[in-house]
Amino acid sequence: MFLLIEQLLNGLQFGLLLFLLAAGLTLVFGIMDFVNLAHGSLYMMGAYFAATFVGWTGSFVLGAVLALAATLLLGIALEFVALRHLYGRDHLDQVLATFGLILFFNDMVRLIWGPAGLALPLPTWLTTPVQLLPGVYYPAYRLSIIIVALLVAAMLYLVVMRTRIGMLIRAGASNREMAGALGINIKLLFTLVFGLGAALAGLAGLMQAPILTVQIGMGENILILAFVIIVIGGIGSIRGAFLAAIFVGIIDTLGRAFLPDLLRTVLSGAAASTAAPALSSMLIYLLMAIVLVLRPEGLFPAAKR
Amino acid sequence: MKSKLNASNAVVAVVCAALVLLPVYSAVTGNIFILTLFTRIIIFALAASSLNLMMGYGGMMSFGHAAYLGIGGYAVGILAAEGIGSGFIQWPVALAVSALFALVIGALSLRTRGVYFIMITLAFAQMAYYVASALSRYGGDDGLTIYKRSTFDGLINLSDRTQFYYLCLACLFGGVYLIWRIVNSRFGLVVQGVRSNEQRMQAIGFPAYRYRLTCFVIAGTICGLAGALLANNTDFVSPAVMYWTRSGDLMVMVILGGMGSLFGPLIGAIVYLVLEELLSQFTEYWALIMGPLLLLIVLFARGGIMGLLGRVRRG
Repeated sequence: MFLLIEQLLNGLQFGLLLFLLAAGLTLVFGIMDFVNLAHGSLYMMGAYFAATFVGWTGSFVLGAVLALAATLLLGIALEFVALRHLYGRDHLDQVLATFGLILFFNDMVRLIWGPAGLALPLPTWLTTPVQLLPGVYYPAYRLSIIIVALLVAAMLYLVVMRTRIGMLIRAGASNREMAGALGINIKLLFTLVFGLGAALAGLAGLMQAPILTVQIGMGENILILAFVIIVIGGIGSIRGAFLAAIFVGIIDTLGRAFLPDLLRTVLSGAAASTAAPALSSMLIYLLMAIVLVLRPEGLFPAAKR
Repeated sequence: MKSKLNASNAVVAVVCAALVLLPVYSAVTGNIFILTLFTRIIIFALAASSLNLMMGYGGMMSFGHAAYLGIGGYAVGILAAEGIGSGFIQWPVALAVSALFALVIGALSLRTRGVYFIMITLAFAQMAYYVASALSRYGGDDGLTIYKRSTFDGLINLSDRTQFYYLCLACLFGGVYLIWRIVNSRFGLVVQGVRSNEQRMQAIGFPAYRYRLTCFVIAGTICGLAGALLANNTDFVSPAVMYWTRSGDLMVMVILGGMGSLFGPLIGAIVYLVLEELLSQFTEYWALIMGPLLLLIVLFARGGIMGLLGRVRRG
């Protein structure tokens, strides 16, 4: 029972992290109609920046804030130099160009930080377990990820739904040309949204960094997961991304934790231990395939253009 | 396709002639490396050509094409590991399994459009990747070593470098010829019609879905052949062959060469892989140059190299 609660929380934490990544992706995708494969690279850069800045400053929080700012600037620079010329192009062109950026970022990181992974140690006040219920302990750091991500999600919701800039973002998402015709500076808006998406990806990367090692290619697997999420949730829908991310996070974590035992009750031991890892890795993709076949527009499609 | 003497046709003719004569050069100079490099290039060119049939002519942007490379390869590898070494069994099985896989995922994927199609083909390829990683009996993550290449008794010896090279080249030319025939057949014209306007084709009575699906399966099967060749070339097959970056590589080759141009993928594969080879000799960080280069090609050279050479059959 305690194991189930712990795994549910792990799933929630992973899902929220995925949401941070998927939110930026779906904003960029929904508003600019831009497929950004390099989003995972921004996630990776966030983690590397954090590892570096925490090392320099000696403070986890200060390092994280600096890393966040650095990723934001990197995202804006990237948009300004390269990506803004790709809006309105074929999706395929965008896939190709951002695929090139992934190659570039991976090698740049290898050049600067070396091929070996980095570790980002946690300060002691984040390593002690917290007692949630009598007898249920949970790592403080994972708990803080949940809290930060929920706060960011709430803030994102407020910004998008309740502020003027959010109104412009929504207007841009539902009809780009019309928003532009009404005198909104679409170019500036795009740059801003891209920077926001980059910062969210960087935040996800730097928060994940202490749990996993910081390494080259760390953004690629998780990028695919983020794409799965926005496809399940419906492209351009932040609400859809949020729900789908939590759904995917929990299913993925529970699948990995409990599927082997579950299969062992049905199959023989050897067959189960072969099938379980494959099946639990496939679970998410299977889910996406089912969703796409039944509802090709995703579960919570954004308003029609 | 009318035969015309222009820049791109001349380049294609020169490249094909060079490919045919390459083993002679290799034998005279004793440069074995160039022969093995080009064997690999030719195999990838075949895979890219099949992707081009799907993307360039069929308008289906599959981001999971490397799955067939792996499936064809694993069919050969698994049969070899189980003691069935004859190519007469291995290769038809490789083609059949690839075709079957393409039929199933095509039937599901073709219900979606645009970016959703890109993502769902990617998802299926990732599933194949994870299944292969879990095949612990056949090496799992580490991959499967093939101790003996497919045997074609009395016909051809695959362990002989030159013979294997010519077999790959024959498969490539055969594949390109097949694609050329398909593209210019009634079937191919319908598929291209569906690419430019599906509703209209539907309205004049063509079952668009079935045409696309058939095209999807043909492309997958050709790529399965490339997979069988690749496994024989490396004497090894691993899940990494199916990883999504590999599918990305294939896409890059197609677009680099010129999507929707018959020999574009061949040119793209040569340029991409030779560039990779040259850059990695020059610097360990070859992708640092390759990445921005891709970006520049997308930004400034639409239609790829064949487009630059001035002849692209794009709708």
